[in-house]
Amino acid sequence: MSTKLFFFYLFSILAILGSLWVVLKKNPISSAFSLILVFFSFSGLYALLEAHLIAALQLLVYAGGIVVLFLFVIMLLQADKPSTDFPSIHKAWLLLSGCSALSLLSLLLFHFDKTVFPHSLGHWSLDQIEQKGGNTLVLSEALFSEAILPFEATSLLLLVAVIGSVTMSKRHPSVQKKK
Amino acid sequence: MVPLMEDIPLESTLAVGAIIFFIGLFGILVRRNLLILLMCIELMLNAVNLTFVAFSKHLQDLGGELSVLFVIPVAAAESAVGLGLLIAFFRNAKSTHTDQLQTLRD
Repeated sequence: MSTKLFFFYLFSILAILGSLWVVLKKNPISSAFSLILVFFSFSGLYALLEAHLIAALQLLVYAGGIVVLFLFVIMLLQADKPSTDFPSIHKAWLLLSGCSALSLLSLLLFHFDKTVFPHSLGHWSLDQIEQKGGNTLVLSEALFSEAILPFEATSLLLLVAVIGSVTMSKRHPSVQKKK
Repeated sequence: MVPLMEDIPLESTLAVGAIIFFIGLFGILVRRNLLILLMCIELMLNAVNLTFVAFSKHLQDLGGELSVLFVIPVAAAESAVGLGLLIAFFRNAKSTHTDQLQTLRD
């Protein structure tokens, strides 16, 4: 088994185990830390797939931003007590959702094995990317030329999201005075 | 010439993405804690990102990776807004259990 395949299986198993832990652990902090494990293994998977910029961004944005956000919220709300929702879930509901998720998954996996994926290739082979100057350069050139409109729209979206989340979560001083 | 993904088969990568997506879906259906719900949404988004990148490498096209470059900030914005909503909701309800989300119903 080649090195790449070994690391692919390692990262995949870590990602799947981590996501199972996110879903099944009672303590929200354990779930947050399992989510960090998932993001790190995803970053490894992206690096194996030669998507270097996305691997780095995954660590910076997801593991370094979103999980930190989650942990801050857990700290603010003091929600780190073990969650009590597991005993109150009906076993029938657990079984039903498990079976439906599993059946949809097996449907998808069956089609992945049987489908012939298209071979009409674009022109960005690995040699071409290497020759042009690397994955990051090629992606950023495409980002700022073809995808400039989504880029600007995303920055506007981030601004709106910042304003919205600050507005929603700040305390409103009581303005109940009558004149 | 048949494109290789340098020893990593496309079907395996898609299978990993699908498995994690459905684990996240199962988590959304089953868990009642709002924080864990938001984490499961992030799991699903990541699985979709993996599928995008896998196809981008298989088809030797940059469109998949560009899509991921936009999904990542949108997911970050959405989780920030969701957590802000959670904080505002928690202030009244004093709990992160979804059974408390009843005011619209009552």
